[in-house]
Amino acid sequence: MTARMGSTGSTGSTGSAGGTLGGLAPRPAVASEQATRIAFGEALVELGRLDQRVVVLDGDLANSTKVDGFADAFPERFFEMGVAEQNMIGVAAGLASAGLVPFATTFAAFAAFRDLDQVRLVVAQTKLHVVIVGAYAGLLAGRPGKSHVCLEDLALMRALPNMTVIAPGDAVEARQAVFRAAEHGGPIYLRLARDAGPVLFGDGYRFRIGDPVLLRDGGDVALLTTGLQTPRTLAAADLLAAEGIDALVLHLPTVKPLNEAAVVEAARRTGAVVTTEDHSIIGGFGSAVAEVLGERLPTRMRRVGTRDVWAESGPDDALLEKYALTPRHVADAARAVLRDRASGRAGHQEETA
Amino acid sequence: MNSSPGNRRTGLSADETAQLVELAGRVRRHVLRCVHAVGSGHVGGPLSVADILVVLYFRELRLDPARPRWEDRDRLVFSKGHAAAALYATLAERGYFPVNELTTFDEIGSRLQAHPDMTALPALDMSTGSLGQGLSVGVGMALAARTLGADWRTYVVLGDGESQEGQVWEASFVAARYGLDNLCAILDWNGLQQYGWRRAGRPVTERMNPIENPVARWESIGWRAIELDGHDPRALAAGLDEARATAGRPTILVARTVKGKGVSFMEGDYRWHAGQVTNDDLRRALAELGG
Repeated sequence: MTARMGSTGSTGSTGSAGGTLGGLAPRPAVASEQATRIAFGEALVELGRLDQRVVVLDGDLANSTKVDGFADAFPERFFEMGVAEQNMIGVAAGLASAGLVPFATTFAAFAAFRDLDQVRLVVAQTKLHVVIVGAYAGLLAGRPGKSHVCLEDLALMRALPNMTVIAPGDAVEARQAVFRAAEHGGPIYLRLARDAGPVLFGDGYRFRIGDPVLLRDGGDVALLTTGLQTPRTLAAADLLAAEGIDALVLHLPTVKPLNEAAVVEAARRTGAVVTTEDHSIIGGFGSAVAEVLGERLPTRMRRVGTRDVWAESGPDDALLEKYALTPRHVADAARAVLRDRASGRAGHQEETA
Repeated sequence: MNSSPGNRRTGLSADETAQLVELAGRVRRHVLRCVHAVGSGHVGGPLSVADILVVLYFRELRLDPARPRWEDRDRLVFSKGHAAAALYATLAERGYFPVNELTTFDEIGSRLQAHPDMTALPALDMSTGSLGQGLSVGVGMALAARTLGADWRTYVVLGDGESQEGQVWEASFVAARYGLDNLCAILDWNGLQQYGWRRAGRPVTERMNPIENPVARWESIGWRAIELDGHDPRALAAGLDEARATAGRPTILVARTVKGKGVSFMEGDYRWHAGQVTNDDLRRALAELGG
């Protein structure tokens, strides 16, 4: 594993990563789990105490999206909008235009689709400071199947001018993202998960919009990931390490604006890139990375994500297996991209399936 | 006549009424010149809504053209954004920008975009254009005023065609639930839309009304609904006075208007929703409008 396209003198150095990728992120001392929606709900109550401008809108899902804590603590700043997401977004824009900071909350499937024209016209175009929260994003959303599983929200939100798109990787990051979103000053989409996931970050971790987060340094292949897929990607790096493949894991919680310098640097160090996301490979995080590398540093790459398919109901393990999002699938893609590089061929998706 | 900061008035004198009628005529002439200059554009809707806008901006709204983003101003959301030419003409006459800026309407780089853009023109409280969205924004503004303990009011100008959008009714329901008596909608009920439904067995120009029985519909949701003549400044002013005096629920003024109002060959003809205003059209129209 030595040939590296576009490599620099420092390629492959371990333990001293710096520059555009930053240092290694602090990891927790003790293993624990929490869902990002739970952390979000708790952080929102704290934020509500600190910032009187914060108001919350709910599309009749408060006890799922976990904004019910805010509703109990600040009933005068909580607005139930009922099952009517289009109106909810317009109301949020009106509130924001008067200087309040609305969090408009629903499931990702509805936040990204049902009200997309409203998000486009009165939030993104106007640059108003509305925080749109898409909970229950990704493949594992409590077995609801195709209508509620949202695998396209990053693609849609990313396409809108002025929109900032955040996909936290764990509860610690989600919590901090709530506070950063409240300071942001413009339209922002926050992607949250229903289910508990491992806590990735320890004391001293600081989330900032746009910052890349280096979770593992390595010189053989770069695994670029975001949101809910990041813990699975770290597990994939462990699988690869057991085979002697040294993977760099770069978590990019800010899908837009994407930190292009970090993407290019990760590709430069390794010459082989795998993108991996709990989202469709069409138009989302992997596409964003491919757009950057295609123009700035063409690099062998493979994309892990759901293919051009609809989701279905089923248990989590079976869904992750069928839709090819497990650590093993990420590791398979890493081996495939390394084979591509060694043989000088372009990648073929079917090899990774 | 003024709507200076802090001034809440009732009624309308004969002189004020005459002045508003004259202003509405000026707005209509600006609209036609704007659309003629561009070559084509929306005509019928701007002409039907002109009196409503003039009464709002010259008599009703608490505003200060020198401070378009003054935080205690009344808000106006122009939901039927395709009629922007009438809004811009009214804003120019009200002193928000020079009247000669109207010549930039619809041109590249202009602050006067074909559909209102609040990021371009500070006088606008919201961007509109995709229909059916304005009332939701107005609900948000009214909730904001209540949350902030502010006494400014929110006005939303709706079209009857856009009343076919479900979002309007989502917003109406929530506004009633929250008893938003600081919110007033004005429906420009001109009875036509871009194409709509033809009446079976009747000439093609006879179309079905975009929304029938609006008063009953809005009342059934919990709004106060007042039907009035949308071309009569005194009727509009009286309706706005009643809206301000109504506690516990939002009010909608169902303003009966004529699409293409003021130009005989445009009035009541859906084909003048949008179109090309030729040199001859302009000359004849301006003659009828006293300009």
